[in-house]
Amino acid sequence: MKRQIPALASLLVVAAVLCVLPFILSDYNIYLAAQVGIFFVAVLGLNILTGYTGQISIGHGAFMAIGGYTTAVMSRDHHTNLVVTMLMALAICFVVGLIVGLPALRFSGVYLALVTFALAVSVPFIPLQYSTFLGGVGGVTSSEEVSNLWIYVAAWTCSAISFLLAWLLLRGRLGRAFRAIRDSEIAAVASGVELPVYKTLAFGISAAYAGVAGSLFVLATNGFANPDEFGIFLSLQLLVGAAIAGLGSLWGILAGAAFVGLLPQVSSSVPVIGHDQGRDVVFGAAVILVMLLLPDGFAGLVARLRRLARA
Amino acid sequence: MAGAESSAIAGLRRRGALDAGTATVWLVLAGAAIFLLIGCLRSTTFAGYTVQGLALGSVYGSLALALVLVYRATHVINFAQGELAMLTTYIAYQLMQWGLSYWAAFAATLAIAFALGTLLQVTLIRPVQHRSVIAVVIVTVGLFILIDGIVNWIWGADFKVLQSPFGFASFDVGGVAIPHKDVWVIGVVLVSVLLVWGLFRFTKVGLGMRAAALRPAAAALVGVRVDSMLAIGWGLAAVLGAVAGLMAEPFQFSLSPTFMQPILVYAFAAAVLGGLESPAGALVGGLAIGVTLTLIVGYEQKYIGSELQTPFAFAVLLLILLVKPTGLFGRRDVRRV
Repeated sequence: MKRQIPALASLLVVAAVLCVLPFILSDYNIYLAAQVGIFFVAVLGLNILTGYTGQISIGHGAFMAIGGYTTAVMSRDHHTNLVVTMLMALAICFVVGLIVGLPALRFSGVYLALVTFALAVSVPFIPLQYSTFLGGVGGVTSSEEVSNLWIYVAAWTCSAISFLLAWLLLRGRLGRAFRAIRDSEIAAVASGVELPVYKTLAFGISAAYAGVAGSLFVLATNGFANPDEFGIFLSLQLLVGAAIAGLGSLWGILAGAAFVGLLPQVSSSVPVIGHDQGRDVVFGAAVILVMLLLPDGFAGLVARLRRLARA
Repeated sequence: MAGAESSAIAGLRRRGALDAGTATVWLVLAGAAIFLLIGCLRSTTFAGYTVQGLALGSVYGSLALALVLVYRATHVINFAQGELAMLTTYIAYQLMQWGLSYWAAFAATLAIAFALGTLLQVTLIRPVQHRSVIAVVIVTVGLFILIDGIVNWIWGADFKVLQSPFGFASFDVGGVAIPHKDVWVIGVVLVSVLLVWGLFRFTKVGLGMRAAALRPAAAALVGVRVDSMLAIGWGLAAVLGAVAGLMAEPFQFSLSPTFMQPILVYAFAAAVLGGLESPAGALVGGLAIGVTLTLIVGYEQKYIGSELQTPFAFAVLLLILLVKPTGLFGRRDVRRV
């Protein structure tokens, strides 16, 4: 119990800061903070998959696309309540995640990276083919628009719920099974962990998180879903966020989410390079530098600092 | 007598000559070839699609071969391979803008690609190489984003056109119009692949590279500079990628920063179909994917239109991994607990 006090304290500090932020930030900065919240949910989800079970996914943007299109289409055709569409995105992505997770059982490592990468490149082509239902190049616009503050509150409420949920899920039997799979699949099976169940489950859970994030992501762009915003870049962003986050620490995930949520926006205003191109150049360079300098991500940095402080 | 015979058969089995799996693979390939041949003889449209498919397939095959070279040496997939090919194609475009002829720009681009590939391996990959597969994958992902940004920054996102040296004329072979372009592309890819194969097979550097890929520690003990060999491997992969990029451009009719992304997915499918470890497999896989996709898009417009080509390649990739994870020519990976 004593060991959990600092963790609890940092959680409360983050929560307090998040409650105060909307009162002091400008509208645009609230939008940016909401972006961080959206990526928090997605990076947290991906972290469950890569950090806990050791499976890599370069395709989580595809699940965000499915979640986002669910929200946009339901809102356009049936004027469904937006929160309900988010829950539908969660359910649909959970199921799709289970389905994608099934073949993932057969292969690991590099092969899984290949398959998920191909998934991420393929999914944006599907709306182009079924353009009457999914809008084609023009995209789908939902019937409702929401304010930046609405998005902020929704994104961070979802973040809080998903963080709590992840903590509850991972502290017990499930988390132990996941970690056992990551450390050694053979040893995990030998100790009675049912590999198929837990590996697909990890994929499903993490896809469900990405689905909710995708739904929020579409709402944050005025309820407009189009194939371009769900390109391969989004998937790469998520993976980078998870890599920066390192393993399972709140601060790591916050840092990863802030990095991928803010850097593209901030780096658009880098002088020399210019408006649109700045994003990719700065982002790519930053990713490589972080990987070269911070091998265990931000969580590793925090752990290292803590060790230094104790010594 | 019988014992001698069975031991001879066992010897053959050991060399894989009578292996049931290998035999099936050859049967399937022969069947596919016969199917294509009959189709070509019966219909000129079919023949046209097949030749175009072979040309596209050789492009996919050469990018797949680049992936396989890197994978064999370091057991990592270079996700930036397609973007690297895209960058070198832009370099060729720039050289031609500065007044070089197509083939001079082509040669210069291959040299630049080799230098670039080697440099990237030394500066970015080598420091993370011994850490983990995920670390290397993420660095190549970062490289993917970085190259995209640089190309957009220098050349912009609008379409560029490379003037093609192949022209738009076509040969007439028994009533089938075969564009010069297709023949040239197949020829150029074949020559580059043969040169790379020759380098591996007949030169000392090639021998060193094979040794470094197969048994790095033992190779180092007998005096092979493993690190340099890996860097040269990346350089050669970049050269094959550049060939793929330059030869893919005439089929797209234009150059844009995203033009290699679907092709990378086809190359993934091709490399996996070939077994991911086998250079010949990558080429055969590339040709198979190229012909299949072209025939399907040619004949089946309603359900799998051109927009669904990439998702279809994804489905193929998934299917191969589910049905035969070792591909056509791969070896089963045996791990010790």
